[in-house]
Amino acid sequence: MASTLWVGTRKGAWALRADARRRSWKLAGPQFLGHIIHHVVQDPREPKVVLIAAKTGHLGPTVFRSTDRGRTWKEAALPPAFRKAADGEAARAVDAVFWLTPGHASERGTWYAGTSPAGLFRSEDHGERWEPVAGFNDHPMLSQWAVPPGSPIGQLLHSILVDPRDPQHLYLGISSGGVFESTDGGRDWTPLNKGCAADFNPEPDPEYGHDPHCVAQHPTEPDRLYQQNHCGIYRIDRPATCWVRIGEAMPKKIGDIGFPVVLHPTDPDKAWVFPMDGTTVWPRTSVGGRPAVYGTRNAGKSWQRLDRGLPRTQGWFTVLRQAMCADAHERLGLYFGTTAGEVWASTSEGESWRCIARHLPQIYSLTHAI
Amino acid sequence: MSCSVRVASPLRSYTGGAATVTADGATVAELLADLERRHPGMRFRMIDEQDRIRPHIRLFVNTMAVESLDTPVRSGDTLHLICALSGG
Repeated sequence: MASTLWVGTRKGAWALRADARRRSWKLAGPQFLGHIIHHVVQDPREPKVVLIAAKTGHLGPTVFRSTDRGRTWKEAALPPAFRKAADGEAARAVDAVFWLTPGHASERGTWYAGTSPAGLFRSEDHGERWEPVAGFNDHPMLSQWAVPPGSPIGQLLHSILVDPRDPQHLYLGISSGGVFESTDGGRDWTPLNKGCAADFNPEPDPEYGHDPHCVAQHPTEPDRLYQQNHCGIYRIDRPATCWVRIGEAMPKKIGDIGFPVVLHPTDPDKAWVFPMDGTTVWPRTSVGGRPAVYGTRNAGKSWQRLDRGLPRTQGWFTVLRQAMCADAHERLGLYFGTTAGEVWASTSEGESWRCIARHLPQIYSLTHAI
Repeated sequence: MSCSVRVASPLRSYTGGAATVTADGATVAELLADLERRHPGMRFRMIDEQDRIRPHIRLFVNTMAVESLDTPVRSGDTLHLICALSGG
């Protein structure tokens, strides 16, 4: 099985391609040099199709599409855009396309996009034309669910999850706003945040307004979701409606703050996170300058530190929410890209790591492609 | 009315690399609509879905800054599409 990693950065996109044993990696690129690339995602239903969420410092947001595994690209004819505001309405404009999710396996050509400010968009033609999901974007509660400014780069709609059993069952996350669920294809939405802390909110147990950083749904056990939140690591097993803070089992000196959470493709008890310093003024760097992945094999009852091969000291990078992934090999590969422009790989489920690319711009996303 | 349009480098992927193109219209809005017909995708990178000029884009008709897309133009005018400073 071939392996490709798509690297989206603040200054363009690259591809890392491995030999069959994943020992040798070759860096190709850049493509779209100078573009801010928030996400590069291959379509698992049609692997030749790859979408890129892009903008530049000057130019507005757009989506580029490839139908030949990234050799050539064409811009979407109708990028994600809010509907024209009526008189007296807030006039929203997409500042960035932040997240891309392929639709359900039964709906070939369907994609979802999440934007800043928080907006949900859907394409039914492989990303060529995007339409607002009115049930979310015009939901009467949205202005209360997602209050500006959100994250330092604005509200972010991310972690769009499509239940592999039912294309009508969707989840999404908003930073900040919370996790929301739809059971009718996006026509209506309900907050799903009970059990999650919101330490920045004086209300003890708010219904929404939380800050999920990354939410992941297990592909073979879709009732199980994991969440790396601004305030901890959580798991929920539906139909339960209350998240359990599995980050409580993390070492106290490390804490359970971070951006990404990555799941094993077949074992729903295995997950990995990359903790960052969420103390004092929130440096958001590796804790103590000693970067480490933490993994669980028992759904969060306990965590193991996985740092062999990583810098032992003075490693102050951050791994953003889209910048950590797993591959599909039987001997599972894990990968993360750093804000310092390095890509690290493990072909032993995190037991040991090695740097496979460096000197890239700040990495915003790292995704696996076949 | 035919106008000359000076295209900043970030937008030249839409004009086949041309730094100067032509467009027809009686207002800036009409020029931009004609540019979109000739160079699909170009307008949305400069003008958002609420018809506002994006924060780091500046438009000038000759030497006059454009504040409204309804600004009239005359034949022979030059529309400048400027990409203003946007950080490092």
